[in-house]
Amino acid sequence: MTTPTPRRGARPAAAATLATTALLLAACSSGGTGGGSGDASTGADGEPVAGGDLRFAITVDSRCIDPQQVGNNDAIAVARQTVASLTAQDPGTGEIVPWLAESWEVSDDASSYTFHLREGATYADGTPIDAESVKTNFDAIVALGATASLGSQYLVGYEGTTVADPQTLTVDFAQPSAQFLQATSTFSLGLLSPASADLTPEERCAGDYVGSGPFQVDSYTQDQEIVLSKVDGYDWSSEADGHTGEAYLDTVTFQVIPESSVRAGSLASGQIDATAAIAAVDQPQFDGNGFWLQQRANPGVAYQLFPKESSPLASDEAVRVAISKGIDRQQIVDTVLTERDQAASGVLSHSTPLAADLGDLLAYDPDGAEELLDDAGWVVGDDGIREKDGRKLSTTVTFWQDPAPLELVQQQLRQIGVDLQLQHVEIAESTAIKESGDFDFDYYNLTRSDPDVLRLIFSANARNINDRPAEEVDDLLDRSAAATDPDERGQLIEEASRLLVEHGHAIPVYELSTTIAAADRVHGLAFEGSSRLDFYGAWVDPS
Amino acid sequence: MARYVARRAAQGLFVLWAAFTIAFFVLYLLPSDPAALAAGSGGEVASVDPALLDDLRARYGLDRPVLVQYADALWGAVRLDFGPSYQSGAPAGSLVAQALPQTLLLTGVALTLAVLGGTALAVASVLPRSRWLRQALSALPPVGVALPTFVIGLVLLQWLSFRAGLLPAIGNAGWQSLVLPAVTLAIPPGAQLAQVLSRSLRGTLGEPYVETARAKGAGRLRVQLGHALRNAAIPAFTMLGVLVGGLLGGAVVTETVFSRVGLGRLTVQSVNTQDVPVVLAIVVLSALVFVVTTLVVDLLYPLLDPRIERAPTRKAVAA
Repeated sequence: MTTPTPRRGARPAAAATLATTALLLAACSSGGTGGGSGDASTGADGEPVAGGDLRFAITVDSRCIDPQQVGNNDAIAVARQTVASLTAQDPGTGEIVPWLAESWEVSDDASSYTFHLREGATYADGTPIDAESVKTNFDAIVALGATASLGSQYLVGYEGTTVADPQTLTVDFAQPSAQFLQATSTFSLGLLSPASADLTPEERCAGDYVGSGPFQVDSYTQDQEIVLSKVDGYDWSSEADGHTGEAYLDTVTFQVIPESSVRAGSLASGQIDATAAIAAVDQPQFDGNGFWLQQRANPGVAYQLFPKESSPLASDEAVRVAISKGIDRQQIVDTVLTERDQAASGVLSHSTPLAADLGDLLAYDPDGAEELLDDAGWVVGDDGIREKDGRKLSTTVTFWQDPAPLELVQQQLRQIGVDLQLQHVEIAESTAIKESGDFDFDYYNLTRSDPDVLRLIFSANARNINDRPAEEVDDLLDRSAAATDPDERGQLIEEASRLLVEHGHAIPVYELSTTIAAADRVHGLAFEGSSRLDFYGAWVDPS
Repeated sequence: MARYVARRAAQGLFVLWAAFTIAFFVLYLLPSDPAALAAGSGGEVASVDPALLDDLRARYGLDRPVLVQYADALWGAVRLDFGPSYQSGAPAGSLVAQALPQTLLLTGVALTLAVLGGTALAVASVLPRSRWLRQALSALPPVGVALPTFVIGLVLLQWLSFRAGLLPAIGNAGWQSLVLPAVTLAIPPGAQLAQVLSRSLRGTLGEPYVETARAKGAGRLRVQLGHALRNAAIPAFTMLGVLVGGLLGGAVVTETVFSRVGLGRLTVQSVNTQDVPVVLAIVVLSALVFVVTTLVVDLLYPLLDPRIERAPTRKAVAA
């Protein structure tokens, strides 16, 4: 194949058994619209041409582009290009494949990881990427603490790194840390030159660090643009990449454009080449007409309502399950999202490795919902809202994300006599209100590229998002983290997902997705394993 | 004169202090946690370890009693040190200083356009002999005042940049990128100015000295520009202080629509992320601009009209 899109074929088996024990953490915000599929047509025709600049619009400058500190989608798009990681994740299969590490071994209890580094790779300043420098990186991330919130979560229980020889290192954890292997494929654990560890967090945020990826920071003008230039001599691409050697593009310019309609107009008029932030309503004009769209559902937990079962209302299973049955997920996609989006087909989005399809459990069933509520003693009142023992079946959800899908859910639930009030606020306020813990249902999604996120969120022995006592499902979830056989693990994940939906612990709504919109002169701009943008294989027609 | 300026300076300092204090406590009362926001837990709910958050609070001194934080921030502000931004760690003052030149350029050009355009429109709306034309021109300023900056900006972008491709829609590069935002920003204050000025021109044209000038044979244009305009300008001049303040506010919208770097964008970003040091620095700077502009306008009155004298004398007259 002549196109530079990432290879999708099966990878050598070395990593296969471990591919499953992983967790991709990456706080994503804003982002695209709902979840879809079709990660094919990039419009990539002909032989890649080296050279040129690609102008890519982002929505906000979050004041930091240090890969080990960033958490915002736009900043991640920039930071990801500047670092290489020990491993990579194949976007097609979710498999963990070699990048800077040629091979690795994991102890039986997943508490100790030994990596064998490839020869000849260097940081952008020419310093060799050796075992000692990897140790420096991990130690530095732990030392950064809160400002490296993603990376330090991957390294919870980190005991230290032992360097055996320049190409071999062992990372030890105080307890099993099954998610660590996949975590090594993320930008958060991407490698920076040892000299960067001496910089202050602020200097690193400003782009003064030296990375290991195919691009390096050329200039960073706050609130305006970030220019990356290709690293000369880069020759250590991952096995998930479609080509080897240097990146095709000379430079990538990330232009900050806060206004949605201005992004669309700038793309349409050729003032930018591509963006991943086109509103759903503006997308049709870029479907053809000299442009192309490519959408990928973010792996991880789909957008959903999380009942907080320590509250009286959400502790009623009939209420939880009725709400789930009363949501017409397909109508949400048809009405407020795009045709490429997908309704939630399970607790995890369909692009997550080992995700189970629970479409049967998530079918729209308003009659079933009403029956459940009738049986549970919730009687329809004068205003159409159900009541029981003088309490109205009414609750408020606080959130900052796209309000359109929930507004439709609000109307749908009204049909079965449930009053869902929406409190749409800024992120800052939302964070504060959630901290107070005074709510019945929470609402969000989480982008992670490993099913372990299910256990992390729902297990009564982990985050326990439902705030409920332990039950059958927790045993399944906890066992899934220890299962090394993908088939066995997949089965446990599916059973656990079913129980979560059947008991109304999870009320999935739709899948978040990221959509690239680009002019036809852009080729090969693609998603990596966790739906982060990858400019390594991108190229543009000579102008 | 010196006493007058000293008294006004003291009043100005009070305004600065009041603006700082109100902003500080409003920000403090906002329902959010700057530490959690700085740690990036605002997006997808990445649960940040509470111990790490406590570290961060300690680093920014957010764990101290509010009055101690206030006293510390105030003492810092006096020395023009607003502390590090919670988001980037860079000194808040230098972030503001970086953004300021672009905004000064934008608002400066916009103010010039507003004054020239507003004056021209006002004169044009009283000059023609045709009653119909005068009325048509007088109807323009209210339209300009009523249109939101946001809408003006998007319409200009749509026609002149996206369709005609004449001017760039985004960025700060070159004079071309300055044209659309400056025009957008100039329209509402220009229209306001035209409204006030044309009304006062019409009033002035009825004054006896204008009659005299006409009787001496001065033409319409000469009467307007040579005699009436200077006297009619006083009320419009009073507005200038308010307009400058309005321009700073308008920059928030304009810079966002046109993706320009500047104080407006910095304000939006810092308020959204509750970056208290940066917001305080911006508040103090804006208050300072307001105080200085008002003072300059007051000092310039006598140059326009020698009948107006310093405030102390006015008091003497009242007594």
